[in-house]
Amino acid sequence: MLTYSKRWPERAFDILNVLVLLALCIMTLYPFYNIVITSLNDPTDAARGGIAFWPRVFSMENYKVVFQDERMGHAFFITIARTLAGTATAVLFTAAFAYGVSKTELMGRRIFLMMAIVTMYFSGGIIPYYLVVAKYLHLKGSFLVYIIPNLFNVFNAIIMLTFFRGLPKEIEESAKIDGANDLRIFWQLVLPVSKPVLATIALYNAVFHWNAWYDAMLFGNDNLLTLQQILMQIISSNSNVSLMASNLGLGSVSAQSLKLATMVITTLPIVFTYPFVQKYFVQGVMIGSVKG
Amino acid sequence: MSSLPSKRFWQQRYLMLLTLPAVLWMIIFNYIPMYGVIISFKEYTPFQGFLHSPWTGLANFRELFNDPTFTESLANTFKISIAKLVFGFPAPIILSILLNEVVFKRFKRIVQSLTYLPYFVSWVLVVGLMYTLLDPETGVISKMLVSTGIIGSDTMMMGSPHTFLTLVVFTEIWKNIGWNSIIYLAAIAGIDPQLYEAAIVDGAGRFRRIWHITLPSLKPTIIILLILSVGGLINSNFDQMYLMQNSMTQDAANVLSVYSYKTGLVTGRFSYGTAIGLFQSIVAFVLMYIANYSSRKITKESLF
Repeated sequence: MLTYSKRWPERAFDILNVLVLLALCIMTLYPFYNIVITSLNDPTDAARGGIAFWPRVFSMENYKVVFQDERMGHAFFITIARTLAGTATAVLFTAAFAYGVSKTELMGRRIFLMMAIVTMYFSGGIIPYYLVVAKYLHLKGSFLVYIIPNLFNVFNAIIMLTFFRGLPKEIEESAKIDGANDLRIFWQLVLPVSKPVLATIALYNAVFHWNAWYDAMLFGNDNLLTLQQILMQIISSNSNVSLMASNLGLGSVSAQSLKLATMVITTLPIVFTYPFVQKYFVQGVMIGSVKG
Repeated sequence: MSSLPSKRFWQQRYLMLLTLPAVLWMIIFNYIPMYGVIISFKEYTPFQGFLHSPWTGLANFRELFNDPTFTESLANTFKISIAKLVFGFPAPIILSILLNEVVFKRFKRIVQSLTYLPYFVSWVLVVGLMYTLLDPETGVISKMLVSTGIIGSDTMMMGSPHTFLTLVVFTEIWKNIGWNSIIYLAAIAGIDPQLYEAAIVDGAGRFRRIWHITLPSLKPTIIILLILSVGGLINSNFDQMYLMQNSMTQDAANVLSVYSYKTGLVTGRFSYGTAIGLFQSIVAFVLMYIANYSSRKITKESLF
């Protein structure tokens, strides 16, 4: 680059630009950093406040308490189960539809597509949806309420449809001549070559399931508590935390610090997997925007 | 290839097997709830269901327009949405332009990766972070704001209707700025580099290149997203609003989606809650239609 031939306003801009972006990075990361160091601090000491850069009195006490809590363990189990089962089923279910409507010869293809697109603009709203799921399908209080209502997503279907349309037709045609049926072609030929888009959609679904709290609030019960819902309860009232602490005979542990340890534990899986998967997420946005 | 429909259907039976489950799913989870909207013209009772609950005509809507809490939630919704539109909409555009001007590409990539991160964490966590950092006694950010004199030492930022709007807009930007910039960066990546080279030869400086090349090439993307945002003015982020409300801020956080949820599902007035939701959907569609229409007239760009 011709950096040195730049006049001073341009050089000033370069420096200012880097500073602004650095400030943005710090603003993005610092909140995460702060809860990590405070959660690693002795809770009684942390109550004095002012922990800004590193733990003042290092302690793992908060994490011990959280990990001993049975509700947390159960919520971990439920959350992992719904993330795995929900992701696998939703990816297949949505991919199957997208593959079907990617075939121009499919009868009713335009109607099916139109049905999908209409749902992007219109919905019945939360209450009729609740009534259908809870009163008509009787899914309330069942683990399946986390899986079945999330099997399909129209935006993900469109991303997949765009991908399937771009696949070369020759392989499928030659397989057809060899007598393979559509089901087999989908399963043994199309899915294996569609790994990039499947990974993208799987990640969207996994993040959704991991972060979901709303459906747990509407349709869940104490047996179906998810991590985010516990976190929500802890944040919205400190009484839960005090209860958790006093149940374990740990009255000295301040509610605030327990809250932080829970926040760190529930978010860690996302932060750790994120660097490895972020390029897939971005791919999804790209495919989606090309279509738009 | 043309043959009897039944024969053609049989030939496609496996393709249908792949497609129809999702069609059935849409009927159950999208279309039946859409039909269920009729209960806003009825007095829904669980025993009688969507079909047999008694009709009440426009009673729910008459009550709605005389309900001061509804009027308040409507005003809150627009106030918050407009603030988000004014400050939140340009933010990712500015970020994408700044990123495009970065000389060191490695630095650009690092900034991008870091700013995407908050998009992937839940609103529950974001609100938890706010309570922690803004705690009047122990929060690092609130202490910093007090020591720089921006807020008084007795301000409870999470418990004040005055700071509520600022926090709503700020956290919205904080969470989504990086992710929303991707689509603009993709548009910038599509610009022919020769345009920039020609501009340099013509002696155009940095700012003129941004003004005359980068921004115009972003225009179609900006317009499409603006139409969608205008359509969304009446929808507020339920997660954010519901989680940020507490006993001190519940009046400020009372937006339509929260009000609909509370009356419909918490107090069990299913029909009244649905009427609020239906009102919201209709206004959203009208707004989007107007935005799309004016955009087509003024800029020749439109969504549909």
